[in-house]
Amino acid sequence: MHERFQPHPEIARRFEDLHPPFEPQSAVIEANRCLNCFDAPCTAACPTHIDVPRFIKKIASGNLRGSATTILDANILGASCARVCPVDVLCQGACVMHRHHEEPIQIGRLQRFAMDNFYQRGATLPLKVSPTRTEKVACIGAGPATLACAAELRQHGYHVSVFDRMPLPGGLNTYGVAEYKLKSADSLREVDLVRSLGVDFQVRDISSEADFAQLEAEFDIIFLAVGLGAMRKLGIPGDDHPKVVDALEFIASYKTGGRISVGNKVVVVGAGNTAIDAANAAKRLGAQDVHIIYRREERDMSAFEFEYEHARQEGIHFHWNTQIVAIHNDDGHLSSVECVNVRWNADGTYTRVPTQGFHLECHLLIPAIGQSPLLELLGKCRDLQLRHGRVVVERTTGQTTNPRYFAGGDCVNGGREVVDAVADGKRAALGIVNALKHEAAHA
Amino acid sequence: MPDPKANGATPDIQANTAGIRSPNPFWLASAPPTNCGEQIMRAFDAGWGGAVWKTIGEPIVNVSSRYSSIDWNGQRMMGFNNIELISDRPIEVNLREIAEVKKLYPNHAVIASLMVESKRDTWHTIVKQAEDAGSDGLELNFGCPHGMSERGMGSAVGQVPEYAEMITAWVKEVARTPVLVKLTPNISDLRAVARAAKRGGADGLSAINTINSITGIDLDTFIPRPNVDGASSHGGYCGPAVKPIALNMVQQVMSDPASALPLSGIGGIATWQDAAEFLLLGCTSVQVCTAAMHYGYRVVEDMIDGLTNWMSEKGFASLDDFRGLSLPRVTEWKHLNLNYKIVARVNEDKCIGCDLCYTACWDGAHQCIHLDRVSGPVDGHVEVHTKPAEIEGRSYSAITVTPIPKLDAVDKSQHGPYRTPLAKIPRVDETECVGCNLCSLVCPVEDCITMEQIDLGLPPESWEQRSSQYATVTVTSSGDD
Repeated sequence: MHERFQPHPEIARRFEDLHPPFEPQSAVIEANRCLNCFDAPCTAACPTHIDVPRFIKKIASGNLRGSATTILDANILGASCARVCPVDVLCQGACVMHRHHEEPIQIGRLQRFAMDNFYQRGATLPLKVSPTRTEKVACIGAGPATLACAAELRQHGYHVSVFDRMPLPGGLNTYGVAEYKLKSADSLREVDLVRSLGVDFQVRDISSEADFAQLEAEFDIIFLAVGLGAMRKLGIPGDDHPKVVDALEFIASYKTGGRISVGNKVVVVGAGNTAIDAANAAKRLGAQDVHIIYRREERDMSAFEFEYEHARQEGIHFHWNTQIVAIHNDDGHLSSVECVNVRWNADGTYTRVPTQGFHLECHLLIPAIGQSPLLELLGKCRDLQLRHGRVVVERTTGQTTNPRYFAGGDCVNGGREVVDAVADGKRAALGIVNALKHEAAHA
Repeated sequence: MPDPKANGATPDIQANTAGIRSPNPFWLASAPPTNCGEQIMRAFDAGWGGAVWKTIGEPIVNVSSRYSSIDWNGQRMMGFNNIELISDRPIEVNLREIAEVKKLYPNHAVIASLMVESKRDTWHTIVKQAEDAGSDGLELNFGCPHGMSERGMGSAVGQVPEYAEMITAWVKEVARTPVLVKLTPNISDLRAVARAAKRGGADGLSAINTINSITGIDLDTFIPRPNVDGASSHGGYCGPAVKPIALNMVQQVMSDPASALPLSGIGGIATWQDAAEFLLLGCTSVQVCTAAMHYGYRVVEDMIDGLTNWMSEKGFASLDDFRGLSLPRVTEWKHLNLNYKIVARVNEDKCIGCDLCYTACWDGAHQCIHLDRVSGPVDGHVEVHTKPAEIEGRSYSAITVTPIPKLDAVDKSQHGPYRTPLAKIPRVDETECVGCNLCSLVCPVEDCITMEQIDLGLPPESWEQRSSQYATVTVTSSGDD
């Protein structure tokens, strides 16, 4: 366990679960509603292809242990995915009940019910194979892609070591997901499950060519799951003020860094899912007014519809076609941001409309305008080909242009969901297993 | 058949079972809901037409607990089981309360259920007492399958035609009101007892009593339910689960001239539809217990309302207009038409793509539903079909990603509800379809899969007719030799 990490009681109080768990009898009733489709579209829609009807019917039959292992078989992060997956556009979105003019089965909540029971009962997951193979795999980055890859590799008998520069493992699951969706403690509990399979976790920054050379010498395969880099800067004067905190840094600061409050007036820039997580969190941390500033139209926002709806219910103010042009401080204290409306031209460019400017009082400014790829770091891996800043891999195996390197997660897919990283990690593990077996057979 | 004059008028649902009249055919069966006068008066206020008093006899002592049930897919009490015995109250208390009820509810039917030792005098005494108290009829409990049968009563009588006939005859020696004999289903052919009751002079029958059962076992303690201090005993099973068994037995009795008598139908009746089915097989009244134990006496309101509305819709003015209407429609298998052919048709507009019909047909029927419509219907002799495992395998090996608006340029307005993809809409191979109904039974969408008749251009022919034809041929050919 991570004795070092204790969630702040104030955060626990303010960030209650967005979706309450099922009571046992309600879970059974909901599970019985599932039609048990053949070749179920929910399973096809899940990037990790969890056999959804199978785990749901096991809830109905009272076989909760079997339900959890069905989930974990496909997705070792079944507990966090149950909480953070955008189920509306995945399994639940695909449910045939939509066409039956009924509410879709609450797959996410049922999965959580099975997983909660699994963890409450001590979270024991035996390895399926006993013989241990001699080959060793190093995973860089301890986020979801690595956790999935490492668990799968252990199930095939390989040695796995995980390296991450952060003190707590779990990557964005531990540091970057809104606490009302997934608690850091729950993410760490999931890491412990992977650790219990025999995975070695080390806090170590792998960043120099020498580091990579050393890993290459020590390990047979390297799995890159380094994610994306820092969030982009606003690029206007004053964006280095200490009260300008990017969204991921902000989210990490309240989840694990001890922050329990924000100023009265908070402005978030950007309209993606992370921007909304940050804005909602600011509200829960006591901000009176939280504004989201977005340069484009409402219809262009990249947040999921249900996230947008949630933010509106939390009382977040949205400003479309708006850009921040200046950050003002009063005696060193951040005081306001100056905004201006923009007009979009037919050719995709935009023009500022200086007559339509306004000031917003602001004590904390949170840019959430996307992460940059880790170009410098990835450049240190030999023979690694990148495209648009993403590592190029063979889709079905995760193998990169350097056959000893496999990759998955955000550094490959450009920044998708936890479940996509898990799917990448699992596919890469199977790719690594095949590559190593092939090599062993031809040695 | 329907009387056109009945249109517009409220149908008359008064019932008459062997001379026992009631304002409607809905009686409460002899059971906990009819334990005492106070209950029965509330039941009559709620609308019940009659009540068969909880069996009167020498008071017994009951155990605790007494009931257990079967839940199904989250629904409570699909089947219900009890190990309670007959009335635990003194005979004179029951008799006094019968008199009180009859005084206040002269038009409702109060039937005394009786069970005493198999002695002629004892039966004579209890019959006279019940009738003196004012009961409108008697029901002889030859059916109770648990406890009482160990003491030579209940189903111990109902399983031996000679005993049943003898006791019925004893009762008829003194009875002035109609006598019904309640039949146990725990016998290989309940017509044997029905015939015995008829020979003994019974005026009517009630069927069925509860079915011997063990409802289940606690998987932590290994003790069957209901648990009485670490042990259990077989009980009597009832509730919605037993209706099909009861309907079959009702049909058996009513189609047998040596058995048929006015019959009060019992067994899993929970709705007006259930009641209508028992009446269509010839019952003159119905008895209800589990539904009233589950939801209270109020359930009778919709039973009366629903039956009346259905009768209006069908043009039936009275219960006799449709009583027994379905009896001629039950025949022996050998008389069924072998040249009647139906096939499954899928209504594409209604199909939601669950493909339960596909998996049911492949694993449980005749492998004639296919998911091969990706490029439209396949014509001609295509007999090599993709098997279920291959279809699932394709889905599991496909790479799926979360649609992210920013990365995938997906138009959010294009998100659902989606139509069922063609590949998910099943195709029925009508040349292979045997018309078994299974797909239409598993389909969760009403009227999505319909069974349609195919005209084979052949005259009706039963197995009996066909086999007698072959027999003729055999005789002829042997004659030729």
